[in-house]
Amino acid sequence: MTGIIGKKLGMTQVNAEGGKLVPVTVIEAGPCTVVQVKTPEKDGYAAVQVGFAEAIKTKNMTKPALGVFKKAGTPPFSVLKEFKMEGLAVGEKVLADRFAKGDVVKVAGITKGKGFQGTMKRHNFKGGPASHGGMCNRAPGSIGASSYPSRVWRGQRMAGRMGQNRITLKSVMIVDVMPEQNIILVRGAVPGGNNTIVEIWKD
Amino acid sequence: MSLIKAIEERQKKEVVDFNIGDTVRVFVKVIEGDKERLQPYEGVVIARKGSSSKETFTVRKISFGIGVERIFPVHSPSIAQIKVVKRGDVRRAKLYYLRDKKGKAAKVKEKAREVKKVTA
Repeated sequence: MTGIIGKKLGMTQVNAEGGKLVPVTVIEAGPCTVVQVKTPEKDGYAAVQVGFAEAIKTKNMTKPALGVFKKAGTPPFSVLKEFKMEGLAVGEKVLADRFAKGDVVKVAGITKGKGFQGTMKRHNFKGGPASHGGMCNRAPGSIGASSYPSRVWRGQRMAGRMGQNRITLKSVMIVDVMPEQNIILVRGAVPGGNNTIVEIWKD
Repeated sequence: MSLIKAIEERQKKEVVDFNIGDTVRVFVKVIEGDKERLQPYEGVVIARKGSSSKETFTVRKISFGIGVERIFPVHSPSIAQIKVVKRGDVRRAKLYYLRDKKGKAAKVKEKAREVKKVTA
């Protein structure tokens, strides 16, 4: 596995072979620094913890959190993630050149928060008729049967907070990699707004 | 943001200066089997949309009595050449009104004096 943490910069389009236009998301991927190497003997599983984006303000970080970076001898990072990578030591850098053009990767990010939304937007309910005297336009309708079960089933889809979920995209194509600028271009959209943290990894 | 602009700047290529109302001949690369040839498409530019490398233009022509419009990306690598045939004299940025006109009324007035610009 190869993984990297990045920042979504925005979207644009590039020309691909055959005169095709490809929509891409520009991701500033890395440089990440290995902060901790987890081993099966000590931690029960093998993984590498990498840090991304040096923390500007350490005032609000706890002493145990800062101690991790002190032990590793690295500057404090604001983002820490784990990947099941091998052959890396503490302090080593993970750069965008670990990925190549044409790679099929997974990309994960936190989607934009939509606030409190009704069932039509949140769960794609149909709603009621808009005309012909329809009185329940955007209402959810029935939420269950009557005497049995005399309650609402658990998991019944209703209105509520929407968005701000971690979403993983599978089979995302890497269109281009620019290692000198730490830039990875992936095909299509990526969850979250601009300047949000995303993870990219391949097996 | 500037990084995205730099990526877009790299997608751009040198394009002939043409405006709305101009009659242009666009040479499109067409791949047939393993051979590549150029297919010309001539008509009036009725719109230019977008900015930077994302800019497109719409070319309208009447083909066998039927109006045809094609939208090309200005910086597309599949466009070999854009040739300006006539300079049009128009007062609008979008010539969508041409769609409702027929025959002589659908003509764009030619610019009386050619502005001195190099055309390829």
